[in-house]
Amino acid sequence: MANLTINGKTFTLDVEPDTPLLWAIRENAGLTGTKYGCGIAQCGACTVHMDGVAMRSCGVTVSEAEGKKITTIEGLASGDSLHKVQEAWIAQDVPQCGYCQSGMIMAVAALLNEKPKPTDADIDEAITNICRCGTFAQVREAIHTIASA
Amino acid sequence: MNKHVSPRMNRRAFVIGSAAVGAGLAIGLDIPFGGPAVVRAADGSPEIGAWVVVRPDDTVVIRIARSEMGQGSLTGLAQLVAEELECDWTKVTTEYPTPGQSVARKRVWGDFSTGGSRGIRSSQDYVRKGGATARVMLIQAAADAWKVPASECTAANSVITHTRSGRTTTYGKVAEAAAKLTPPADVKLKDPKDWKLIGKGVKRLDTVDKTTGAMIYGVDVKLPGMLNAAIKDCPVFGGKLKSFDEAKIAGMKGVKKVVKVGDTAVAVVADTWWHAKTALDALPIVWDEGDNAKVSSASIAKWLAEGLDDAQPAYVGNKNGDAKAAIASAAKKVEAVYSYPYQNHATMEPMNATAIYTADKCEVWCGTQNGEAAFAAVLEASGLPAEKCDVHKVMPGGGFGRRGQTDYVRQAVMIARQMPGTPIKLLWSREEDMAQGRYHPITQCKMTGAFDANNNLIALHYRLSGQSILFSLRPEALQNGMDPVAFQGVAQSGDAAFGYSVPNLLIEHAMRNPHVPPGFWRGVNVNHNAIYMECFMDELAQAAGQDPLEFRRKLMGNHPKHLAVLNAVAEKIGWDTPAPQGVYRGIAQVMGYGSYVAGAAEISVTDGSKIKVHRIVASTDPGYIVNPAQVERQIAGSFVYGLSALFYGGCTVKDGKIEQTNFDTYNSMRINEMPKVESVMVPSGGFWGGVGEPTIGVAAPAVLNAYFAATGKRIRHVPLRDQNITFA
Repeated sequence: MANLTINGKTFTLDVEPDTPLLWAIRENAGLTGTKYGCGIAQCGACTVHMDGVAMRSCGVTVSEAEGKKITTIEGLASGDSLHKVQEAWIAQDVPQCGYCQSGMIMAVAALLNEKPKPTDADIDEAITNICRCGTFAQVREAIHTIASA
Repeated sequence: MNKHVSPRMNRRAFVIGSAAVGAGLAIGLDIPFGGPAVVRAADGSPEIGAWVVVRPDDTVVIRIARSEMGQGSLTGLAQLVAEELECDWTKVTTEYPTPGQSVARKRVWGDFSTGGSRGIRSSQDYVRKGGATARVMLIQAAADAWKVPASECTAANSVITHTRSGRTTTYGKVAEAAAKLTPPADVKLKDPKDWKLIGKGVKRLDTVDKTTGAMIYGVDVKLPGMLNAAIKDCPVFGGKLKSFDEAKIAGMKGVKKVVKVGDTAVAVVADTWWHAKTALDALPIVWDEGDNAKVSSASIAKWLAEGLDDAQPAYVGNKNGDAKAAIASAAKKVEAVYSYPYQNHATMEPMNATAIYTADKCEVWCGTQNGEAAFAAVLEASGLPAEKCDVHKVMPGGGFGRRGQTDYVRQAVMIARQMPGTPIKLLWSREEDMAQGRYHPITQCKMTGAFDANNNLIALHYRLSGQSILFSLRPEALQNGMDPVAFQGVAQSGDAAFGYSVPNLLIEHAMRNPHVPPGFWRGVNVNHNAIYMECFMDELAQAAGQDPLEFRRKLMGNHPKHLAVLNAVAEKIGWDTPAPQGVYRGIAQVMGYGSYVAGAAEISVTDGSKIKVHRIVASTDPGYIVNPAQVERQIAGSFVYGLSALFYGGCTVKDGKIEQTNFDTYNSMRINEMPKVESVMVPSGGFWGGVGEPTIGVAAPAVLNAYFAATGKRIRHVPLRDQNITFA
């Protein structure tokens, strides 16, 4: 059993302590916006926020996540109003297949929290998510649009 | 289990596939195209022909048969229908008919397959007619109500106007009456100059849910009572499952059942996928690997190299004059050998499908590039007739050709069949996805060029040795044993025609099919053919002492469309002006999928091994452009996919198995490595070419040619990581 705080809600989940947070979020809490891509913290499709920091949830165990404030893509919006990253994503038509974009958006939201006006170099360093469709130009453009708003 | 390269097995799959999509299995619900009996969508709204449903609130639902997988075809196809329909674009939504519905209605929506960059180009005609047919019927219904001739009425933005009286009505108001009309036998399509929506970079229709986590991919499907399955298939292709020791995982948490899947695989079914995967990893499995376990990359390379020898048999794909004789008597000749490895599609979402099987019904939910092929696979694996099966397409997390195959669909049904009544979601681990690909085929190529005393290219011999995709996947499409698709980009004519005139030309393919199963991988054979040809063109230009662009231009006089895109990138990148200090340029062109494309790159190289790509310019002429914003993304995406394969890709074989297991050993470009692609669109009209794939052909050669310009060294093998060359 584990108690996880996800998107401001407490979940008591029947999981082993070494279960990757990704699978507890997807299968036990039922929030499927966070995606499985590699399971070895390489691709970033499973990125969530843990106490505001972008983390690859496939590489974090449930026991490590207990007591932390976890935010997934489903918890990024405030009520009916989307997060500025989501709005920028829609305005720039960023996603192609979209599978990596939950993780991409979470990584970008964390970057902008830390650095509201990131340079290209900041983006290059912080955004290491894989996108096989190749949306990088739109991702960069959307980040700059937010930063200059 | 479409596993082996055995033609017999694949031919059987094809026959079943053909039957399923042909008249043989159509169950004969005789509903004519929008005929007098009103056909209703699930919500009760009437169909105005098979492609369009109009709701009372004027919402227009456009049916899409092809699959959206990120490439934007869903939006482009809707634009094509809406253009002719004259409807309000802001009230357009889309839906997928199921393959089962299509078969029941005698394939009223045509081909579902979404590969070969055909999504738009192969259906543009009939989907536009679908829109036009609905418009004519809606106008007729309004005219009937007003008791005026239809010729006095016009439609725009979902509003019908009687021009003489000024009366108006909307599509939603006349939809019921329109649905009862007999559709016109023929409709006239608009002249392209009158298009209002086609050619506009309107926003995609599927973006919002992709930003909120709400979009349902195959991996997200949930059904009541569903269990999850993890699978391992024999890692040596052609091998079999010998045994597994179920007792060793008895009592592991959540495990419900361990099942054999065909002759080659074993799956663990559990309450959660994590439990299934954990138990599968702990399950002792013995494989009967067979003789293929002796195969390695080295043994494949040796076998392919033997095929480069002229004494070995080969199929001739393109010929002009007598290349061998001209080379033998030439003043100067140049020769080089290139190679291209296996590549995995590595879609972000690993293969998966959810199936429920009972004695009366088998349904599958999955991402697929070919709903009808998936449907045929469900029929075959379930043993049930068409009217008892269906496939529900969900968003695929990438396709790139991999999801045109149906191996994962078949597996899901085979597992579900062993647990009737329980929905089973089968998900491959990334490791399984890497091990069980349908890989970009492996080839080598020996090219010989010959010059006369004035440095004119008089002969070219292009000898390809390696794997045929059709031999494995569609043997019925071979032509007297020859794979015509092997010549994509260097073909005599057609939608992937060679763009140079050489008086003595011989392009041939020594077919050698290793046991590793090949597949259609974005760009398919254009990938390696464009690298070989365009890099060798640079070698020839150098041998002739000429500028690579000028050298090409001289050979392209009879190929004006190829030349036009090449000129467009040359101009945009500033070929005639010096590059910035320390920056070097490369250029390439090819034709594929009915489109003409060219690319140019500016790079700098540090220590001969660290490449920084500063600029990429790409030009395309697909005839007509439906949505320039999406075409631009396909061009850029093709560079990301192509350069990822060039720098980081390459699947190697050891003991008959693929060695790469995940993104740590099969990496992909990140944002820091990829410059913005400057695209130049030069649609010349009069034909419809594809855009999802052709550009990938020029991505690698543009960079490789720039690398030579920077270092004086030729790279003739992929990937670069094997040669200790990386991104700076």
